[in-house]
Amino acid sequence: MFKPSLFVLCLFPILWLLWRESMGQLGANPIEAMIRELGLWALRLLLLTLSVTPIRQLLQWHALVRVRRMLGLYCFFYAVLHVIFYLWLDQSFDVSDIFNDIVKRPFITVGFLSFVLLIPLAITSSNRMIQRMGGKQWRQLHRLVYLIGMLSVLHFWWMAESKSRLAEPWLYAIALAVLLAIRIPLTRLFLKTSAR
Amino acid sequence: MLIKTSTELSDSAVTPEAIYLQRRQFLQLGIAATASLLAPKLFAAANPIASATKSPLSTNEELTPLDSVTSYNNFYEFGIEKTDPAQHAHTLVTTPWTINIEGEVEKPGMISMDDILKNFPLEERIYRLRCVEGWSMVIPWIGFSLSSLLKQFKPNSRAKYVQFISVDRPEQMIGQKQKVFEFPYQEGLRIDEAMNPLTLLSVGLYGKVLPNQNGAPIRLVVPWKYGFKSIKSIVTIRLVEKQPLTSWQKALPNEYGFYSNVNPEVDHPRWSQKKERRIGEFFKRKTLMFNGYTDQVASLYNGMDLRKDY
Repeated sequence: MFKPSLFVLCLFPILWLLWRESMGQLGANPIEAMIRELGLWALRLLLLTLSVTPIRQLLQWHALVRVRRMLGLYCFFYAVLHVIFYLWLDQSFDVSDIFNDIVKRPFITVGFLSFVLLIPLAITSSNRMIQRMGGKQWRQLHRLVYLIGMLSVLHFWWMAESKSRLAEPWLYAIALAVLLAIRIPLTRLFLKTSAR
Repeated sequence: MLIKTSTELSDSAVTPEAIYLQRRQFLQLGIAATASLLAPKLFAAANPIASATKSPLSTNEELTPLDSVTSYNNFYEFGIEKTDPAQHAHTLVTTPWTINIEGEVEKPGMISMDDILKNFPLEERIYRLRCVEGWSMVIPWIGFSLSSLLKQFKPNSRAKYVQFISVDRPEQMIGQKQKVFEFPYQEGLRIDEAMNPLTLLSVGLYGKVLPNQNGAPIRLVVPWKYGFKSIKSIVTIRLVEKQPLTSWQKALPNEYGFYSNVNPEVDHPRWSQKKERRIGEFFKRKTLMFNGYTDQVASLYNGMDLRKDY
Protein backbone atom coordinates (compact mmCIF):
# COMPACT_ATOMS: atom_id res chain seq x y z
CA MET A 1 0.00 0.00 0.00
CA PHE A 2 2.81 2.32 0.91
CA LYS A 3 5.00 1.78 -2.13
CA PRO A 4 2.37 2.46 -4.81
CA SER A 5 1.22 5.58 -2.97
CA LEU A 6 4.79 6.83 -2.83
CA PHE A 7 5.17 6.08 -6.53
CA VAL A 8 2.22 8.31 -7.34
CA LEU A 9 3.29 10.96 -4.85
CA CYS A 10 6.69 11.28 -6.51
CA LEU A 11 5.02 12.08 -9.82
CA PHE A 12 3.20 14.99 -8.27
CA PRO A 13 6.03 17.55 -8.69
CA ILE A 14 6.35 17.10 -12.46
CA LEU A 15 2.60 16.99 -12.97
CA TRP A 16 2.08 20.13 -10.91
CA LEU A 17 4.89 21.86 -12.80
CA LEU A 18 3.47 20.99 -16.21
CA TRP A 19 0.01 22.06 -15.10
CA ARG A 20 1.26 25.45 -13.95
CA GLU A 21 3.16 25.88 -17.21
CA SER A 22 0.03 25.18 -19.23
CA MET A 23 -1.83 27.79 -17.15
CA GLY A 24 0.94 30.35 -17.63
CA GLN A 25 1.59 30.45 -13.89
CA LEU A 26 5.33 30.11 -14.08
CA GLY A 27 6.00 33.81 -14.56
CA ALA A 28 7.74 35.64 -17.36
CA ASN A 29 10.53 33.09 -17.75
CA PRO A 30 8.82 29.70 -17.44
CA ILE A 31 11.68 27.70 -18.95
CA GLU A 32 14.12 28.95 -16.33
CA ALA A 33 11.50 28.22 -13.66
CA MET A 34 11.01 24.65 -14.91
CA ILE A 35 14.71 23.84 -15.13
CA ARG A 36 15.21 25.27 -11.66
CA GLU A 37 12.33 23.35 -10.11
CA LEU A 38 13.22 20.03 -11.73
CA GLY A 39 16.75 20.39 -10.37
CA LEU A 40 15.42 21.18 -6.91
CA TRP A 41 13.24 18.06 -6.90
CA ALA A 42 16.16 15.90 -8.01
CA LEU A 43 18.16 17.30 -5.10
CA ARG A 44 15.30 16.84 -2.65
CA LEU A 45 14.81 13.24 -3.70
CA LEU A 46 18.53 12.66 -3.37
CA LEU A 47 18.39 13.94 0.19
CA LEU A 48 15.30 11.81 0.88
CA THR A 49 17.13 8.76 -0.44
CA LEU A 50 20.06 9.57 1.81
CA SER A 51 17.76 9.91 4.81
CA VAL A 52 16.44 6.34 4.52
CA THR A 53 19.41 4.67 6.20
CA PRO A 54 19.66 7.08 9.19
CA ILE A 55 15.88 6.88 9.79
CA ARG A 56 15.99 3.11 9.48
CA GLN A 57 18.72 2.89 12.04
CA LEU A 58 17.36 5.48 14.41
CA LEU A 59 13.81 4.20 14.42
CA GLN A 60 14.68 0.59 13.63
CA TRP A 61 12.19 0.90 10.76
CA HIS A 62 13.87 -1.56 8.44
CA ALA A 63 11.00 -1.81 5.99
CA LEU A 64 11.95 1.64 4.79
CA VAL A 65 14.79 0.17 2.75
CA ARG A 66 12.19 -1.05 0.28
CA VAL A 67 11.44 2.48 -0.83
CA ARG A 68 15.04 3.58 -1.09
CA ARG A 69 15.45 2.35 -4.64
CA MET A 70 12.26 4.06 -5.76
CA LEU A 71 13.36 7.33 -4.23
CA GLY A 72 16.78 6.99 -5.84
CA LEU A 73 15.34 6.25 -9.25
CA TYR A 74 12.94 9.15 -8.94
CA CYS A 75 15.93 11.35 -8.13
CA PHE A 76 17.43 10.13 -11.39
CA PHE A 77 14.12 10.71 -13.17
CA TYR A 78 14.01 14.36 -12.16
CA ALA A 79 17.72 14.77 -12.87
CA VAL A 80 17.19 13.43 -16.39
CA LEU A 81 14.31 15.86 -16.95
CA HIS A 82 16.38 18.72 -15.53
CA VAL A 83 19.26 17.89 -17.89
CA ILE A 84 17.04 17.33 -20.94
CA PHE A 85 15.20 20.61 -20.39
CA TYR A 86 18.56 22.38 -20.10
CA LEU A 87 20.03 20.71 -23.21
CA TRP A 88 16.88 21.24 -25.27
CA LEU A 89 15.15 24.44 -24.12
CA ASP A 90 18.16 26.31 -22.83
CA GLN A 91 20.82 25.23 -25.31
CA SER A 92 18.79 23.99 -28.30
CA PHE A 93 21.02 20.89 -28.37
CA ASP A 94 23.89 23.02 -29.65
CA VAL A 95 26.88 20.80 -28.98
CA SER A 96 29.55 23.51 -29.05
CA ASP A 97 27.52 25.78 -26.73
CA ILE A 98 26.98 22.89 -24.34
CA PHE A 99 30.65 21.95 -24.47
CA ASN A 100 31.62 25.54 -23.71
CA ASP A 101 29.23 25.64 -20.80
CA ILE A 102 30.59 22.41 -19.31
CA VAL A 103 34.20 23.40 -19.72
CA LYS A 104 34.06 27.09 -18.80
CA ARG A 105 31.28 27.35 -16.21
CA PRO A 106 32.22 25.69 -12.93
CA PHE A 107 28.65 25.21 -11.78
CA ILE A 108 27.78 23.35 -14.97
CA THR A 109 30.97 21.30 -14.79
CA VAL A 110 30.00 19.95 -11.36
CA GLY A 111 26.37 19.57 -12.40
CA PHE A 112 27.35 17.55 -15.45
CA LEU A 113 29.72 15.42 -13.39
CA SER A 114 27.06 14.85 -10.77
CA PHE A 115 24.62 13.65 -13.43
CA VAL A 116 27.13 11.40 -15.15
CA LEU A 117 27.91 9.72 -11.82
CA LEU A 118 24.19 9.07 -11.25
CA ILE A 119 23.95 6.98 -14.41
CA PRO A 120 25.82 3.86 -13.23
CA LEU A 121 23.81 4.01 -10.01
CA ALA A 122 20.55 4.04 -11.97
CA ILE A 123 21.70 1.25 -14.27
CA THR A 124 22.74 -1.00 -11.38
CA SER A 125 19.62 -0.40 -9.32
CA SER A 126 17.81 -3.65 -10.18
CA ASN A 127 17.86 -6.84 -8.06
CA ARG A 128 19.53 -8.67 -10.92
CA MET A 129 22.37 -6.14 -11.02
CA ILE A 130 22.85 -6.41 -7.26
CA GLN A 131 23.16 -10.17 -7.66
CA ARG A 132 25.53 -9.91 -10.60
CA MET A 133 27.77 -7.40 -8.89
CA GLY A 134 27.67 -8.94 -5.48
CA GLY A 135 26.55 -7.03 -2.42
CA LYS A 136 29.94 -5.73 -1.43
CA GLN A 137 30.86 -4.26 -4.82
CA TRP A 138 27.36 -2.90 -5.28
CA ARG A 139 27.54 -1.09 -1.95
CA GLN A 140 30.95 0.33 -2.87
CA LEU A 141 29.66 1.69 -6.17
CA HIS A 142 26.56 3.16 -4.58
CA ARG A 143 28.62 5.03 -2.01
CA LEU A 144 29.16 7.40 -4.95
CA VAL A 145 25.87 8.93 -3.87
CA TYR A 146 27.79 10.85 -1.18
CA LEU A 147 29.99 12.48 -3.80
CA ILE A 148 26.96 13.05 -6.04
CA GLY A 149 25.22 14.79 -3.14
CA MET A 150 28.17 17.10 -2.57
CA LEU A 151 28.55 17.91 -6.27
CA SER A 152 24.82 18.62 -6.59
CA VAL A 153 24.80 21.02 -3.66
CA LEU A 154 27.89 22.71 -5.08
CA HIS A 155 26.13 22.95 -8.45
CA PHE A 156 23.20 24.73 -6.79
CA TRP A 157 25.47 26.92 -4.68
CA TRP A 158 27.55 28.16 -7.58
CA MET A 159 24.48 28.69 -9.71
CA ALA A 160 23.01 31.21 -7.27
CA GLU A 161 23.65 34.36 -9.19
CA SER A 162 24.72 36.84 -6.61
CA LYS A 163 25.97 36.56 -3.06
CA SER A 164 22.64 37.47 -1.59
CA ARG A 165 20.80 34.44 -3.03
CA LEU A 166 22.55 31.75 -1.02
CA ALA A 167 19.81 31.21 1.56
CA GLU A 168 18.35 28.20 -0.27
CA PRO A 169 21.66 26.53 -1.17
CA TRP A 170 22.69 26.94 2.46
CA LEU A 171 19.66 24.93 3.59
CA TYR A 172 20.47 22.07 1.26
CA ALA A 173 24.14 22.16 2.21
CA ILE A 174 23.26 21.87 5.87
CA ALA A 175 20.76 19.07 5.21
CA LEU A 176 23.37 17.15 3.25
CA ALA A 177 26.02 17.73 5.87
CA VAL A 178 23.71 16.38 8.56
CA LEU A 179 22.79 13.32 6.47
CA LEU A 180 26.44 12.54 5.80
CA ALA A 181 27.72 13.25 9.28
CA ILE A 182 25.01 11.20 10.94
CA ARG A 183 26.28 8.11 9.15
CA ILE A 184 29.53 8.05 11.01
CA PRO A 185 28.35 7.33 14.56
CA LEU A 186 25.27 5.43 13.31
CA THR A 187 27.31 3.09 11.15
CA ARG A 188 29.53 2.18 14.06
CA LEU A 189 26.47 1.64 16.24
CA PHE A 190 24.80 -0.49 13.60
CA LEU A 191 27.83 -2.65 13.08
CA LYS A 192 28.06 -3.20 16.82
CA THR A 193 24.41 -4.19 17.18
CA SER A 194 24.30 -6.36 14.08
CA ALA A 195 27.54 -8.18 14.79
CA ARG A 196 26.75 -11.83 15.44
CA MET B 1 -35.89 115.33 -32.79
CA LEU B 2 -32.20 114.81 -32.79
CA ILE B 3 -31.27 111.20 -33.50
CA LYS B 4 -27.62 110.63 -33.30
CA THR B 5 -26.41 108.37 -36.05
CA SER B 6 -22.93 107.03 -36.47
CA THR B 7 -21.20 108.31 -39.54
CA GLU B 8 -18.29 105.86 -39.29
CA LEU B 9 -19.86 102.90 -41.01
CA SER B 10 -20.24 102.84 -44.75
CA ASP B 11 -22.04 100.58 -47.16
CA SER B 12 -19.00 98.45 -47.77
CA ALA B 13 -18.91 97.47 -44.10
CA VAL B 14 -22.25 95.72 -44.37
CA THR B 15 -22.00 91.96 -44.03
CA PRO B 16 -22.87 90.30 -47.33
CA GLU B 17 -26.28 88.66 -47.08
CA ALA B 18 -25.05 85.14 -47.90
CA ILE B 19 -22.57 85.15 -45.09
CA TYR B 20 -25.09 86.74 -42.71
CA LEU B 21 -27.59 83.98 -43.40
CA GLN B 22 -24.95 81.29 -42.74
CA ARG B 23 -23.39 83.02 -39.76
CA ARG B 24 -24.14 80.20 -37.37
CA GLN B 25 -22.44 77.64 -39.58
CA PHE B 26 -19.36 79.85 -39.94
CA LEU B 27 -19.18 80.29 -36.21
CA GLN B 28 -19.39 76.55 -35.68
CA LEU B 29 -16.71 75.96 -38.32
CA GLY B 30 -14.44 78.49 -36.65
CA ILE B 31 -14.84 76.93 -33.25
CA ALA B 32 -14.28 73.45 -34.66
CA ALA B 33 -11.13 74.54 -36.47
CA THR B 34 -9.66 76.22 -33.40
CA ALA B 35 -10.57 73.29 -31.17
CA SER B 36 -8.99 70.76 -33.48
CA LEU B 37 -5.79 72.79 -33.54
CA LEU B 38 -5.71 73.38 -29.81
CA ALA B 39 -7.09 70.05 -28.54
CA PRO B 40 -3.98 67.95 -29.12
CA LYS B 41 -1.92 70.65 -27.43
CA LEU B 42 -4.35 70.88 -24.53
CA PHE B 43 -4.54 67.09 -24.27
CA ALA B 44 -0.78 66.84 -24.46
CA ALA B 45 -0.37 69.43 -21.75
CA ALA B 46 -2.82 67.64 -19.51
CA ASN B 47 -1.59 64.16 -20.39
CA PRO B 48 1.91 64.25 -21.82
CA ILE B 49 2.54 60.53 -21.46
CA ALA B 50 -0.52 59.35 -23.31
CA SER B 51 0.17 61.74 -26.17
CA ALA B 52 3.79 60.89 -26.79
CA THR B 53 4.86 60.98 -30.41
CA LYS B 54 6.39 58.07 -32.25
CA SER B 55 10.16 58.01 -32.63
CA PRO B 56 12.23 56.87 -35.61
CA LEU B 57 14.61 55.30 -33.10
CA SER B 58 12.01 52.62 -32.29
CA THR B 59 12.40 49.03 -33.35
CA ASN B 60 9.48 47.24 -34.96
CA GLU B 61 10.10 43.96 -33.18
CA GLU B 62 7.31 42.26 -31.27
CA LEU B 63 6.61 43.89 -27.91
CA THR B 64 7.03 41.98 -24.68
CA PRO B 65 3.59 41.69 -23.01
CA LEU B 66 2.90 44.36 -20.40
CA ASP B 67 2.36 41.89 -17.56
CA SER B 68 5.79 40.36 -18.17
CA VAL B 69 7.39 43.81 -18.32
CA THR B 70 5.81 44.73 -14.99
CA SER B 71 6.23 41.42 -13.14
CA TYR B 72 9.78 40.29 -14.03
CA ASN B 73 12.14 42.91 -12.67
CA ASN B 74 15.55 43.22 -11.08
CA PHE B 75 15.12 46.01 -8.54
CA TYR B 76 16.91 44.83 -5.41
CA GLU B 77 15.64 47.84 -3.44
CA PHE B 78 12.38 45.87 -3.26
CA GLY B 79 13.83 42.37 -2.87
CA ILE B 80 16.13 40.10 -4.83
CA GLU B 81 13.62 37.85 -6.54
CA LYS B 82 12.24 38.85 -9.92
CA THR B 83 8.71 38.87 -8.56
CA ASP B 84 9.56 40.99 -5.50
CA PRO B 85 9.42 44.46 -7.08
CA ALA B 86 5.88 44.00 -8.39
CA GLN B 87 4.82 42.92 -4.90
CA HIS B 88 6.68 45.48 -2.79
CA ALA B 89 7.28 48.56 -4.93
CA HIS B 90 3.97 50.19 -4.10
CA THR B 91 5.44 51.50 -0.84
CA LEU B 92 7.66 54.01 -2.65
CA VAL B 93 6.15 57.49 -2.78
CA THR B 94 6.88 58.90 -6.22
CA THR B 95 5.22 62.32 -6.02
CA PRO B 96 6.46 64.90 -5.41
CA TRP B 97 9.85 64.12 -6.96
CA THR B 98 12.78 66.27 -7.89
CA ILE B 99 16.08 65.53 -9.59
CA ASN B 100 19.17 67.32 -8.41
CA ILE B 101 21.54 68.26 -11.23
CA GLU B 102 24.96 69.12 -9.82
CA GLY B 103 28.69 69.03 -10.41
CA GLU B 104 30.46 70.35 -13.48
CA VAL B 105 27.54 72.35 -14.86
CA GLU B 106 27.10 76.08 -15.29
CA LYS B 107 23.62 76.11 -13.80
CA PRO B 108 23.28 73.45 -11.12
CA GLY B 109 19.85 73.09 -9.59
CA MET B 110 16.79 71.01 -9.02
CA ILE B 111 14.05 70.17 -11.43
CA SER B 112 10.68 68.72 -10.50
CA MET B 113 8.84 65.97 -12.35
CA ASP B 114 6.12 68.49 -13.17
CA ASP B 115 8.63 70.74 -14.89
CA ILE B 116 10.21 67.82 -16.68
CA LEU B 117 6.87 66.72 -18.09
CA LYS B 118 6.10 70.30 -19.10
CA ASN B 119 9.39 71.23 -20.72
CA PHE B 120 10.53 68.13 -22.55
CA PRO B 121 8.30 66.76 -25.33
CA LEU B 122 7.83 63.06 -24.89
CA GLU B 123 8.34 60.32 -27.45
CA GLU B 124 7.51 56.65 -27.52
CA ARG B 125 10.74 54.72 -28.02
CA ILE B 126 10.46 50.97 -28.50
CA TYR B 127 13.83 49.65 -27.35
CA ARG B 128 15.35 46.25 -26.77
CA LEU B 129 16.58 45.76 -23.21
CA ARG B 130 19.15 43.03 -22.57
CA CYS B 131 19.81 41.94 -19.01
CA VAL B 132 23.31 40.75 -18.16
CA GLU B 133 21.71 37.56 -16.82
CA GLY B 134 20.78 36.48 -20.36
CA TRP B 135 17.18 37.49 -20.93
CA SER B 136 15.75 40.37 -22.90
CA MET B 137 12.59 42.30 -23.62
CA VAL B 138 11.21 44.78 -26.13
CA ILE B 139 9.61 47.67 -24.28
CA PRO B 140 7.71 50.74 -25.53
CA TRP B 141 9.24 53.38 -23.28
CA ILE B 142 7.91 56.94 -23.06
CA GLY B 143 10.55 59.59 -22.54
CA PHE B 144 13.02 62.02 -24.01
CA SER B 145 16.74 62.09 -24.72
CA LEU B 146 18.92 62.66 -21.66
CA SER B 147 20.94 65.10 -23.77
CA SER B 148 18.02 67.57 -23.74
CA LEU B 149 18.01 67.69 -19.96
CA LEU B 150 21.79 67.92 -19.67
CA LYS B 151 21.98 70.72 -22.23
CA GLN B 152 19.59 72.79 -20.15
CA PHE B 153 22.02 72.68 -17.24
CA LYS B 154 25.03 73.37 -19.45
CA PRO B 155 27.84 70.93 -18.61
CA ASN B 156 31.24 72.66 -18.62
CA SER B 157 34.50 71.47 -20.14
CA ARG B 158 35.45 69.45 -17.06
CA ALA B 159 32.34 67.29 -17.39
CA LYS B 160 33.76 64.04 -18.74
CA TYR B 161 31.33 61.62 -17.11
CA VAL B 162 27.78 61.61 -15.82
CA GLN B 163 27.02 59.94 -12.50
CA PHE B 164 23.49 58.86 -11.57
CA ILE B 165 22.20 58.13 -8.10
CA SER B 166 19.01 56.33 -7.19
CA VAL B 167 16.64 57.10 -4.33
CA ASP B 168 17.69 56.16 -0.79
CA ARG B 169 14.64 55.53 1.40
CA PRO B 170 14.92 52.34 3.46
CA GLU B 171 11.65 53.16 5.20
CA GLN B 172 9.87 52.91 1.83
CA MET B 173 11.93 50.18 0.17
CA ILE B 174 12.03 46.80 1.88
CA GLY B 175 15.18 45.59 0.14
CA GLN B 176 17.08 48.66 1.30
CA LYS B 177 15.86 48.07 4.83
CA GLN B 178 17.11 44.47 4.65
CA LYS B 179 20.43 45.68 3.19
CA VAL B 180 20.47 43.05 0.44
CA PHE B 181 22.91 45.20 -1.56
CA GLU B 182 24.90 48.38 -1.08
CA PHE B 183 22.52 51.30 -1.55
CA PRO B 184 21.83 53.86 -2.92
CA TYR B 185 22.33 52.38 -6.37
CA GLN B 186 24.79 54.33 -8.51
CA GLU B 187 25.58 54.24 -12.21
CA GLY B 188 27.56 56.25 -14.70
CA LEU B 189 28.11 57.01 -18.35
CA ARG B 190 30.83 58.71 -20.32
CA ILE B 191 29.67 62.17 -21.44
CA ASP B 192 29.41 61.15 -25.11
CA GLU B 193 27.39 58.08 -24.17
CA ALA B 194 25.09 60.30 -22.11
CA MET B 195 24.69 62.77 -24.99
CA ASN B 196 23.92 60.06 -27.55
CA PRO B 197 20.35 60.47 -28.85
CA LEU B 198 19.53 56.87 -27.92
CA THR B 199 20.12 57.50 -24.22
CA LEU B 200 16.66 57.94 -22.82
CA LEU B 201 15.17 59.37 -19.66
CA SER B 202 11.93 57.44 -19.37
CA VAL B 203 8.80 58.47 -17.47
CA GLY B 204 6.37 55.91 -18.81
CA LEU B 205 5.80 52.72 -20.72
CA TYR B 206 2.97 51.27 -22.80
CA GLY B 207 1.39 54.72 -22.91
CA LYS B 208 1.07 54.94 -19.13
CA VAL B 209 3.03 56.36 -16.24
CA LEU B 210 6.06 54.28 -15.27
CA PRO B 211 5.01 51.62 -12.73
CA ASN B 212 6.99 51.69 -9.48
CA GLN B 213 8.63 48.34 -10.15
CA ASN B 214 9.97 49.68 -13.46
CA GLY B 215 11.74 52.63 -11.87
CA ALA B 216 9.12 55.33 -11.25
CA PRO B 217 8.93 58.20 -11.63
CA ILE B 218 11.97 58.58 -13.89
CA ARG B 219 14.70 56.22 -14.99
CA LEU B 220 17.47 55.85 -17.53
CA VAL B 221 17.34 53.52 -20.52
CA VAL B 222 20.65 52.83 -22.27
CA PRO B 223 19.61 50.12 -24.73
CA TRP B 224 23.06 49.12 -26.00
CA LYS B 225 24.31 48.27 -22.53
CA TYR B 226 23.34 45.55 -20.09
CA GLY B 227 20.14 46.40 -18.24
CA PHE B 228 21.72 47.12 -14.86
CA LYS B 229 23.15 50.34 -16.32
CA SER B 230 19.61 51.62 -16.89
CA ILE B 231 19.30 53.01 -13.38
CA LYS B 232 15.86 53.45 -11.89
CA SER B 233 14.16 56.06 -9.69
CA ILE B 234 16.83 58.72 -10.25
CA VAL B 235 17.27 61.50 -7.71
CA THR B 236 20.71 62.90 -8.61
CA ILE B 237 22.55 63.51 -11.85
CA ARG B 238 26.10 64.66 -11.28
CA LEU B 239 28.55 65.77 -13.96
CA VAL B 240 32.05 64.73 -12.96
CA GLU B 241 35.60 64.75 -14.23
CA LYS B 242 36.69 61.28 -13.15
CA GLN B 243 35.05 58.00 -14.11
CA PRO B 244 32.59 57.23 -11.31
CA LEU B 245 32.48 53.84 -9.62
CA THR B 246 29.19 52.03 -10.28
CA SER B 247 27.36 49.83 -7.77
CA TRP B 248 27.96 46.56 -9.62
CA GLN B 249 31.62 47.45 -10.18
CA LYS B 250 31.93 47.85 -6.45
CA ALA B 251 30.06 44.61 -5.69
CA LEU B 252 31.79 42.29 -8.18
CA PRO B 253 34.54 44.16 -10.07
CA ASN B 254 35.78 41.14 -12.03
CA GLU B 255 32.28 40.49 -13.37
CA TYR B 256 30.81 43.94 -13.99
CA GLY B 257 32.68 46.78 -15.62
CA PHE B 258 31.97 50.44 -16.24
CA TYR B 259 31.06 50.14 -19.90
CA SER B 260 29.08 46.85 -19.84
CA ASN B 261 28.21 47.09 -23.51
CA VAL B 262 26.14 44.19 -24.77
CA ASN B 263 28.79 42.02 -26.42
CA PRO B 264 28.31 38.37 -27.43
CA GLU B 265 32.08 38.02 -27.84
CA VAL B 266 32.89 38.80 -24.23
CA ASP B 267 31.51 36.25 -21.80
CA HIS B 268 30.55 36.95 -18.24
CA PRO B 269 32.98 35.01 -16.02
CA ARG B 270 30.17 32.65 -15.00
CA TRP B 271 28.12 32.35 -18.18
CA SER B 272 28.19 32.89 -21.91
CA GLN B 273 26.73 36.06 -23.43
CA LYS B 274 26.30 34.59 -26.89
CA LYS B 275 22.61 33.91 -26.50
CA GLU B 276 19.63 35.38 -24.72
CA ARG B 277 16.10 34.37 -23.89
CA ARG B 278 13.62 36.89 -25.27
CA ILE B 279 10.91 36.78 -22.64
CA GLY B 280 7.84 35.16 -24.18
CA GLU B 281 9.86 33.11 -26.67
CA PHE B 282 10.51 29.42 -26.33
CA PHE B 283 14.04 29.05 -27.64
CA LYS B 284 17.00 31.31 -27.08
CA ARG B 285 18.18 33.70 -29.74
CA LYS B 286 21.61 35.05 -30.67
CA THR B 287 22.72 38.15 -28.81
CA LEU B 288 23.65 41.06 -31.05
CA MET B 289 26.67 43.31 -30.66
CA PHE B 290 25.62 46.47 -28.82
CA ASN B 291 22.18 44.84 -28.57
CA GLY B 292 21.64 45.63 -32.25
CA TYR B 293 22.44 49.34 -31.90
CA THR B 294 25.85 49.12 -33.59
CA ASP B 295 25.02 51.80 -36.16
CA GLN B 296 24.23 54.37 -33.53
CA VAL B 297 26.94 53.67 -30.96
CA ALA B 298 29.87 51.65 -32.37
CA SER B 299 31.79 54.84 -33.15
CA LEU B 300 31.87 55.73 -29.45
CA TYR B 301 34.22 52.82 -28.88
CA ASN B 302 36.65 53.12 -31.79
CA GLY B 303 40.07 51.96 -30.73
CA MET B 304 38.87 50.55 -27.43
CA ASP B 305 39.50 46.98 -26.38
CA LEU B 306 36.00 46.00 -25.25
CA ARG B 307 37.33 42.83 -23.66
CA LYS B 308 39.47 44.95 -21.35
CA ASP B 309 36.88 47.67 -20.96
CA TYR B 310 34.00 45.32 -20.27
